[in-house]
Amino acid sequence: MKFLVAIGNWFDDRSGISKLVGPALRHPVPAETASLKSGWMYLFGIGTLTAFIVQVVTGIALATLYSPSTASAYDSLKFITDKATLGSLLRGMHFFGASAMVLFVGLHMMRTYLTGSFKFPRELNWLSGVVLLMLTLGMAFTGQLLRWDDNGVWSLVVATEQVGRLPLLGHAIGRFLLAGKTVGATTLSRFFAYHVFFIPALMFALLGFHLYLVLHNGISEPPKAGEPVDPKTYRARYHHLVERHGKPYFPDAAWHEIGFALLMIIVIALLALFIGPPKLSNPPDPASIVAFPRPDWYFLWYFALLALLRPSFEDYVIILGPAIVFISFFLVPFIANKGERSPIRRPWAPAIVILTVLMIGSLWWYGVIAPWTPHFDAKPLTAQQVGAKSRPVFDGAQLFYAKGCEFCHAIDGQGGIRGPDLTHIADRVPLSDITTTIAGGRGNMPAYVNNLTPQEMENIIAFLESLKTAQR
Amino acid sequence: MQEKPVPPVGDASGDSDAPLQSLQSRQSRKARTRRELLSLVSLGFSGLAAAIVTIPVIGALLAPLTRAEPGEWRSVGPVDSFRVGETKNVTFLDSSPLAWAGPAANTAAWLRRVGDQQFQAFAINCTHLGCPVRWIQQADLFMCPCHGGVYYTDGSVAAGPPRKPLSVYPVRIRDGLVEIQTSAIPIV
Repeated sequence: MKFLVAIGNWFDDRSGISKLVGPALRHPVPAETASLKSGWMYLFGIGTLTAFIVQVVTGIALATLYSPSTASAYDSLKFITDKATLGSLLRGMHFFGASAMVLFVGLHMMRTYLTGSFKFPRELNWLSGVVLLMLTLGMAFTGQLLRWDDNGVWSLVVATEQVGRLPLLGHAIGRFLLAGKTVGATTLSRFFAYHVFFIPALMFALLGFHLYLVLHNGISEPPKAGEPVDPKTYRARYHHLVERHGKPYFPDAAWHEIGFALLMIIVIALLALFIGPPKLSNPPDPASIVAFPRPDWYFLWYFALLALLRPSFEDYVIILGPAIVFISFFLVPFIANKGERSPIRRPWAPAIVILTVLMIGSLWWYGVIAPWTPHFDAKPLTAQQVGAKSRPVFDGAQLFYAKGCEFCHAIDGQGGIRGPDLTHIADRVPLSDITTTIAGGRGNMPAYVNNLTPQEMENIIAFLESLKTAQR
Repeated sequence: MQEKPVPPVGDASGDSDAPLQSLQSRQSRKARTRRELLSLVSLGFSGLAAAIVTIPVIGALLAPLTRAEPGEWRSVGPVDSFRVGETKNVTFLDSSPLAWAGPAANTAAWLRRVGDQQFQAFAINCTHLGCPVRWIQQADLFMCPCHGGVYYTDGSVAAGPPRKPLSVYPVRIRDGLVEIQTSAIPIV
C-alpha cells in the first residue's frame, strides 16, 4: 500500500495532475445542487454523459466484431447476436445506452429550459448543448442504419427522400447520403465512418467544451422567483453565493451523480440481459419488396407525423419543420438572456414543454399502432365468421380478402384499421351507395371499377348485406 | 502590449539617452510588426496545412455527386416469361456494382407486360418517402407498408399521401429479352 502511494506521489509530482484536476474537482457549487432535495434535477446531464461513455465503450467492443461491408454486415450482426461471446449483451447495452442517451438529452434540455439556465452567462452552454443534441440524433440515426437489415437500408432511403424535398440542394444532398445514385457498397462504409469517426470526433470536442463551460460559468443555482438575472450583477452574485454558501463539487455533489451513473449502468445492463438487443429484420436487399420499414422508437413519432400530414403542406413541414425547431433552439438564449429564471414567472416555458411532450407522446403512440398501414398479414375470414357457405355470400367473403379489402377494413375486428370497420356497414349505408364507393373510390379508398366483374361486385355486396344485424 | 525590447547586446547605454530611446522605440515597433507578420504567417501556414489535408477528404466525400453513372441496360428475362397483364417483381444489378457490394448491388423494379411487345417498369419506391411498394395481385394495387400509399396498375395514385405516380424506368426489348435501364433511386 505504501508503495502504491509512493508511486502515486511520484507520478503526481512529475506530472502535476492533481494541481490541474484538483481545483476543478473541488470547485464550489451552490449548496442546493449538492442536496438530494433539489439536486435530483441536476442528474440529467450526468445521465447523458454516462450513456455517452457506455456508448463509446460498447461501441468500441462492437467495432471489433462488426464487418462494415454491405456483403457481410448483416451476417456479422447475426454473429454478434447469436454466437459471439457476450455479443448479445454488448448489442443490447449499445441499444439501451443509445435509448438512454436520447432520453436524457431530452430531459436535460427540458430541465435547462424550465429553470432558465440558458440565460446569461450560460448562452454558450445552451448553444453547444443544442449542437450536441443534433449530433446525438445523428448518432441515433446512423446507428440504426449500421444494423444493416432491410430496416436499416430503407430508413436511409426514407431519409434521402426527405432531404430530397429541399429546393435546389435536395438532390445533391440525397446523392451524397446514398454515396451514389443507389444504395451500394460504399454507402455502408461511409455510414460506418460517420457513426464511428466523424460524429464522435465532433461530440468529444463539443462535450469537452460543454463541460469546460460548466466549470467556467458554474452550474446554475436553482431558480428563485423574484431573483431575475441581471447581466451586470449576476456574476458577482453567483460568485458570492458559491464562495460563501457553496459546497465542493467533489465529493459533496459528485457522489450522488456517480451513484446515479452506477444505477443507470446497472439498469442498462439488466435491460440488455433480459430484453436484449432489437431483433434483426430481413436481410438488406435493396431489391426486397417485403420490407416493413420502421424507425427505432426515438424517431417513430416523426414517422407518424409524416403519415398524418396533409400532402399539400407536407413539403413545408419536412423542410421547414426541423429548420424552425433548431433555429428557435439557437435563438432561445438570445431572445431571453436576462430576467426571471423561475418557471413560475415564465408560465409559457412549462406550457411549451408540456405541449411538446404531449405532441411527441401522442404522435409516438400513433406511430406504434400505425392505423394508416395496410394489414398485409390479415387472415381470410373463416366460414364461421362469414356465417354462410352459400354461394354469393361466401364468395363475397373470399373476395373481401382476396381483393385486399381486409387489409384496410375489419370485419368482426379482423383486418386493417385504415378504413372504417365494415361489419355493420349495411345497417348504416344503403347498398347502392356502398356499390358506388367500391366502384368509384372515395378519399383514401381506391376505385375498384376496373378490378371487379359485376358478378364479383354483387357477391361482395351480398356478403356485406349478410352482416346486417337484422339478418343475423 | 508595451513590451520592453531586450537591449541589443553590446549596447552602450548611459551616455546619451535621446538617440537610444528613439532607437528602442524604433526597434519595438519593428519587433511588433515582425510579430504581427509572424502571427499572420503562422495562421497562413496552418490554414494551408489544413487545406492540404482536408481537400482530398472533401473531394472523396463529394465524389458521388460528380461521378457519372451511365444507365446500363440489364436483361431481366425473355419476353415470354411474362404474361400479358401480369405485374412481376424483377431484380437486376445497379449501374456500378462493386465486387464487394453483395446484395447492395441489387436493384429492383415492378415489370408489367402491357401488350404483346409492350412493357412498363416501375420503380419499387413509393413516391411519398421511398419505401418499397408491394404488388397485391388480386387487388390490382400497389400498397406501401410505410404510410399507406396505394397505386393502381398503371402506377397512378389511388390513395394515401403520395402525390406523384410511381416512377418509371426505361425498358426495351432486345433479341427477345426484356431489358431495363438502371436508374437512380428516384428522389421525387
